Amino acid sequence: MNVLVLLDHGDGRLRPTALELLTLARDLPDARVHAVWIGPAPAEEVRAQVGAHGGHALHHVLVDGADDRLTASVVDALEAVRAEVDAPLLLVASTFEGKEVAARLAVRTGAGVVTGAGGLERDADGRFTAVKTVLAGTWTTRCALTGPFGVVALAPNSVQAAPAAQAAPAEVVEHRVAASAAARAVTVHSREARPTSDRPALAEAEVVVVGGRGVEGDFSAVEELADVLGGAVGATRVATDEGWIGHEAQVGQTGVTISPRLYVGAGVSGAVHHRGGMAASVTVVAVNSDPDAPIFEFADYGIVGDLNEVLPALSEQIRSRRG
Amino acid sequence: MRVVVCVKHVPDIQSARSFREDGLLARGGEDDTLNELDEDALEAGLRLVEAHPVAEGAEPHEVVALTVGPAAAVEALRRGLAMGATSAVHVRDDAIAGSDAIATARVLAAAVRRVHAERPVDVVVAGMAGLDGLTSLVPAALAALLDWPQLTLADRITVEDGTVRVRRETSTDVEELSAPAPAVLSVTDQAFRARFPDFKGILAARKKPVEVLSLADLGVDPATVGLDGSAARVVEASPRPERSDRVLVTGGAETVPALVDYLAQKGFA
Repeated sequence: MNVLVLLDHGDGRLRPTALELLTLARDLPDARVHAVWIGPAPAEEVRAQVGAHGGHALHHVLVDGADDRLTASVVDALEAVRAEVDAPLLLVASTFEGKEVAARLAVRTGAGVVTGAGGLERDADGRFTAVKTVLAGTWTTRCALTGPFGVVALAPNSVQAAPAAQAAPAEVVEHRVAASAAARAVTVHSREARPTSDRPALAEAEVVVVGGRGVEGDFSAVEELADVLGGAVGATRVATDEGWIGHEAQVGQTGVTISPRLYVGAGVSGAVHHRGGMAASVTVVAVNSDPDAPIFEFADYGIVGDLNEVLPALSEQIRSRRG
Repeated sequence: MRVVVCVKHVPDIQSARSFREDGLLARGGEDDTLNELDEDALEAGLRLVEAHPVAEGAEPHEVVALTVGPAAAVEALRRGLAMGATSAVHVRDDAIAGSDAIATARVLAAAVRRVHAERPVDVVVAGMAGLDGLTSLVPAALAALLDWPQLTLADRITVEDGTVRVRRETSTDVEELSAPAPAVLSVTDQAFRARFPDFKGILAARKKPVEVLSLADLGVDPATVGLDGSAARVVEASPRPERSDRVLVTGGAETVPALVDYLAQKGFA
């Protein structure tokens, strides 16, 4: 069975989610993984990484006539690969961009789509079923893809990326496709990279430390703990609306959706808007001085206390434990 | 200018939301409300027409609120009308129940085509997500179905001389894109803080026209929507079990060593 994987990349390097998708795809029964890279030719290192993570082929697609990062162009590229590789499944990262690709592809092909999937199984009949956390973490659903082709958008950190037991270099297959009218209709006037920090990207980070109203404008303790844990810094809507931190840090059902292995909420109340964006976190630690904060209803480890006391002590003790 | 704004009636996120035994989200509760992200879409649509004085002798601007849903979904339209939309279209048909996001987009696309045929539409605006399913699939699917350009997650919009231009932020970049009208847009919740309908608006909304359409009116084959027309379906839904191993302590720095041990056990410290 062939499985297509859309590789997210930036600055010529694979994003961490791409390796997670490859890991999930190659561990499906009888899977032959066809990775798709759209844009300027990938470096040799990318080919090696794809092979090491179980990729059988690396399809390099150039799109002529339109910006190759537009959703419509990405769909054109995937259709070019699909014309040569018969596959019942495409995996994409569950980002806004990935979900829009899934939507357009579904219209073109009749595919079923599951977004925000936390896991995926294939049963004996070959049917794919995805598991996801919904309604702000209060319910779990299993969604079946009923057609001959389906797209699953996988939430970051749903699987831990790991090299395959048996790996061979991926075979590179070149494609060139003319952009469709839908892609050519859109003109890109400017595109500037948003400032990045040395910390991992919020949506992909394995550890996220989030500051809420309780930090009262001072994110230093949150940032210190994030750096000690090698994690990203997030915030609630209140904190971003107050201007304490940029709105790109907003975690919530309308901001960045995160699914880290460890979530630490400092002064976060845990309102449903926020919970909807972090409900898939594996382990939730909360520090809040308000014992009635809703976050304590779903935190794995809660401390009712002053974050200005707890966070610095936590950073200090983790640091000294590591020596 | 003619703007269509897609809105959805959803269970209130503050209420106890649940799934029915057949795997569909329980809808139609008293707490159901206009998806709040669609208020931002309505706001964006209203600001667009307000930015353009109507030329003398030209037809008046129009903002059409459009929804697909059961009878109670008219409440979402009323809210949009109270905010300032000029008219509303409600697609209502028992066969639609159980539609996934793509099948729902099929119905919306048919309705937009009909509205466009009456008098050309310049832009369709949608919210960035429905707070029920949170799939964010509909705007892109709608653009693909209509074969109109897609300009999603906009935080600035202008329409000049038949060209729609937006500023948008992706996860990695800030972009400025444009495309010829008509185009399908979605807006983020960062830039179009919705106005609150005043008493006058609420009264006026009662008198504004709401056109009710069936699938037959739109020429949509019922087999292409509902559960039969959806290629993804929920086969099992279960509330998350109460956790019994949760830890809750009260205190300051003295509570930290135990937390460090807990994190170390999990491999984080």
